[in-house]
Amino acid sequence: MTDMILQEGAVEAPTNAWRAKALASFKLGDSVFRLLAQIAAATVLLLLGGIIISLIIGAWPAISTYGFDFLTTQRWAPNARPNPVLGGLGPIYGTLISSVIALLIAVPVGLGISIFLTELCPQWLRRPVGVAVELLAGIPSIIYGMWGFFVLGPMLADSIEPAIVDAVENIPVLNVIFAGPASNLSLFNASLVLAIMILPFVTAIARDVFNTVPPVLKEAAYGLGCTTWEVVRRVVIPYTRVGVIGGVMLALGRALGETMAVTFVIGNSFRITGSIFGPGTTISAAIASEFAESRDLHQSALILLGLLLFVLTFFVLAAARLMLMRLERKQGV
Amino acid sequence: MTFNPLMRAAAVAIVALTGATAQAADITGAGATFPFPIYSKWADAYKTATGNGLNYQSIGSGAGIKQIQAKTVTFGATDMPLKADALKKDGLVQWPMVMGGIVPVVNLEGVKPGELTLDGETLADIYLGKITKWDDAAIKKLNAKLTLPSAAITVVRRSDGSGTTFNFTDYLSKVSKDWADKVGSDAAVEWPVGVGAKGNDGVAGNVAQTKNSIGYVEYAYAKQNKLTFADMVNKAGKHVEPTVAAFQAAAANADWANAPGYYQILTNQPGEASWPITAATFILMYGEPSDKAASMEAIKFFDWAFAKGDKMAEELDYIPMPASVATLIRKTWADSIKNK
Repeated sequence: MTDMILQEGAVEAPTNAWRAKALASFKLGDSVFRLLAQIAAATVLLLLGGIIISLIIGAWPAISTYGFDFLTTQRWAPNARPNPVLGGLGPIYGTLISSVIALLIAVPVGLGISIFLTELCPQWLRRPVGVAVELLAGIPSIIYGMWGFFVLGPMLADSIEPAIVDAVENIPVLNVIFAGPASNLSLFNASLVLAIMILPFVTAIARDVFNTVPPVLKEAAYGLGCTTWEVVRRVVIPYTRVGVIGGVMLALGRALGETMAVTFVIGNSFRITGSIFGPGTTISAAIASEFAESRDLHQSALILLGLLLFVLTFFVLAAARLMLMRLERKQGV
Repeated sequence: MTFNPLMRAAAVAIVALTGATAQAADITGAGATFPFPIYSKWADAYKTATGNGLNYQSIGSGAGIKQIQAKTVTFGATDMPLKADALKKDGLVQWPMVMGGIVPVVNLEGVKPGELTLDGETLADIYLGKITKWDDAAIKKLNAKLTLPSAAITVVRRSDGSGTTFNFTDYLSKVSKDWADKVGSDAAVEWPVGVGAKGNDGVAGNVAQTKNSIGYVEYAYAKQNKLTFADMVNKAGKHVEPTVAAFQAAAANADWANAPGYYQILTNQPGEASWPITAATFILMYGEPSDKAASMEAIKFFDWAFAKGDKMAEELDYIPMPASVATLIRKTWADSIKNK
């Protein structure tokens, strides 16, 4: 017996040591993995911080020269003597107006598509329409720009815009917003192109949040004798309101920063005319067309524009996150 | 150490790649879009003749100056010549490479190339936004025979900084006091009206696309894109067509020998046959290059272009530099660029 015990002990001892060793190596592997993951996470923060810092450093000469006047000055004269006069109002105005018009068009259409897809669409049609919307999201932005330039621009300037200009000629306010002369390249053209580009975002997110509505709620509403319109209006939209707004904000974030397509079709003019049929510019279009040739204060002002866009987009995205988080919490309850 | 062979393969690949690029060292240059058609034509012929390639990026004059200052390219190209003190500051050597004409181009239904005539003041007023319709009295007066539409003029101009813009606005400043006071001349100015397009090709594309528009491009772009160019009234008050002869007449006034750094602006030159918006385009290189071999190769290319490129330039309606000027420039190379 003693022999046996001794033997058992002899067998057990190395096993324990081996197990401890194995555990230790697991522990080592785990902590290495943990460290790598931490480094990866830190990289993102470092990059973000680095970008902000370098933007601020680059923009500093312009900030210290123009201060808050930069936000309210329309004049953009890099060659003015003795000192360049640079104001960001034109591009900021163009960015906001084109994005807002794009949203005004894309949100109703996008919601319409997603309501159709989730509530009304026959099963066999769901996939083709869904895929078509997703394909829209996959088209490179330069293609939209070319289409806006070669097809949409002439169409708007030759027939659609002159008709609108004539129609509202004697109506106050509208005859300023829709004033001629119609231009191939205009804020309106850019807004339409942007609307098409953000449509898939609005649609995809709205469809996903509409799908989160518990069927029992909808069935109950139908059971009470509600029409489809009433179900959508009174049940689906209120239930998903926050999520839909979050999706719209994400789309807005994309519209604010879109560069290539907009540079193609907006006309790159820093003057604010008040008419959406006239040329304008956006922050990203201004940077794209002027950065290569800029220097000194001019370049610094462009970087400042970039910083402003960064801040603007950050707030829009933060607001979207916040709303989506509130939706998730609501669902959790 | 399983990745060892992989790393070795990667190292071999890197060596092979860098070796390959070192062998096929193209001459690199960047700058003006104005001479891009002729530089690329010369580059093609030079490659066929010698096997050496040229990589020229037409990114605009201002960007070309910046690239050569940053030493990322062997030569920079600009239509806006640097003044002698600026050259000295950076240790750059400058010379004119080829000359050409800038022409107003229009898109008017029923109007063919050369049928429309403009003068400097009218052109300035259009670009100032003072003349807004094609049937304005000032345009009608110059074009009694044409029936012009009562349509709004869409003004197209450059959105990027550009040597073409520099020469164009320099001309407008010389012929219109109003323009000189309000806008002035530079590579990028504060445009009173119009839509902006990127590059000579961008302006050409926009004018081709937009009805009732007007723009300004280097003549080769007007011709290649089959745009409707306009004739001009020159300083002597004579009606001139944009032809090589008219560009040459303007260029003949230039006194290259006595201009430090070959600084010459050729707009609004006297002479009955002179095209009013003529321009030279310039090359910038370092006097003491850090990469002597590359500098040498570039000079060889320019030497070849002066020797063999005149006919090609004329085919594209550029004006080659006169032989006497080429001799001067060769002397400048020998004296100022230390690449031996």
